[in-house]
Amino acid sequence: MKFTILINEGPYQHQASDTAYQFTKAAIENGHEIFRVFFYNDAVNNATRLAIPPQDDRNITNNWAELAEANKLDMVVCIAAAQRRGMLDDDERDRQGKDASNIHPAFRISGLGQLVEGGIQSDRLITFGD
Amino acid sequence: MEAWEEGDNPMKKFMFVNRKAPYGTVYALESLEVVLISAAFDQDVSLAFVDDGVYQLKKDQNTDGIGMKNFSPTYRALGDYDITKLFVEQESLTERGLTLDDLMALTYEDEDDDWAEKPSIQVVTRAELADLMDEQHVLISS
Amino acid sequence: MSMLHIVNKSPFERGTLDSCLKTSKDGCAVLLIEDGVVGAIKNSNFADQLASAMPAKQVYVLEPDLNARGFTKDDIIDGIKTVDYSGFVDLTTENDNVQSWV
Repeated sequence: MKFTILINEGPYQHQASDTAYQFTKAAIENGHEIFRVFFYNDAVNNATRLAIPPQDDRNITNNWAELAEANKLDMVVCIAAAQRRGMLDDDERDRQGKDASNIHPAFRISGLGQLVEGGIQSDRLITFGD
Repeated sequence: MEAWEEGDNPMKKFMFVNRKAPYGTVYALESLEVVLISAAFDQDVSLAFVDDGVYQLKKDQNTDGIGMKNFSPTYRALGDYDITKLFVEQESLTERGLTLDDLMALTYEDEDDDWAEKPSIQVVTRAELADLMDEQHVLISS
Repeated sequence: MSMLHIVNKSPFERGTLDSCLKTSKDGCAVLLIEDGVVGAIKNSNFADQLASAMPAKQVYVLEPDLNARGFTKDDIIDGIKTVDYSGFVDLTTENDNVQSWV
């Protein structure tokens, strides 16, 4: 089956991103296709390039980035939620006249339409939130 | 083949389920933003307001004192976007001492009925809502 | 249609498991994950309510979340089945649709 994964919570604060990651990994191992992973609400914070979590615990952003690279996952950060929370890629930094960008290259910023499209094109859309 | 797969434009039933009061968290506002975007995709979209979600539709919201934007007028625009099915759970209202009169009077103009103005809110029982949920292809909860 | 209901919060913290059990229809599946797994533990104030939902509804609990919180399958209410993440994925494909009670 084809899955769209929706995550609504930031890293570490809630277990949602961890659970979504474990689910996504298992779905891939079971031979399913991940159409898109969509980061909404505070979940946009999973895409930061700048986190320095303690070395003896998981690095959530890197977990997602490595899974995405190994499986060519489409990881989308919602632009509206990202703007609200100060998550910018280089294009947004330039467009908005800010002095820095902070998104990890494994993620791309796009609109909410990508979530709706995920619901249309996938067999299952699963929400991981609080 | 599922009904929604036939033809070039598959139409799925999307239900946005709202369980939280507005302003205490961002979910009500950001969920509404997804709903508005979904209007552009020609799908069968409905909203469900359950548990504290019913407070999102409470009339007379005044946010001046808390310094946050009052986004409740946005619910009035849903009718213009062809989003005309807002299901409110009866038991959730009753448990909270509320009735339909406490909610905003949201309406849409029915183009199949000479643009007659009709209510968008339908109060349904828990059991009726369960049946409605069962019919959905995509349930997005927030 | 059979629905998979996913509940991730403890019934002592949030009303979502209670609401889920009241709303969900017979024949559905309910999966407890994250803090929601504590709802599956025997002898709590919530145990009777969850036990009486079965067998009309099948309740599952995500075992890794159980173990993380210091519990094993020996601690859960009779009739509740444990699954791992692979089993979680299977539940989403075996049921016709999925609803997360967040």
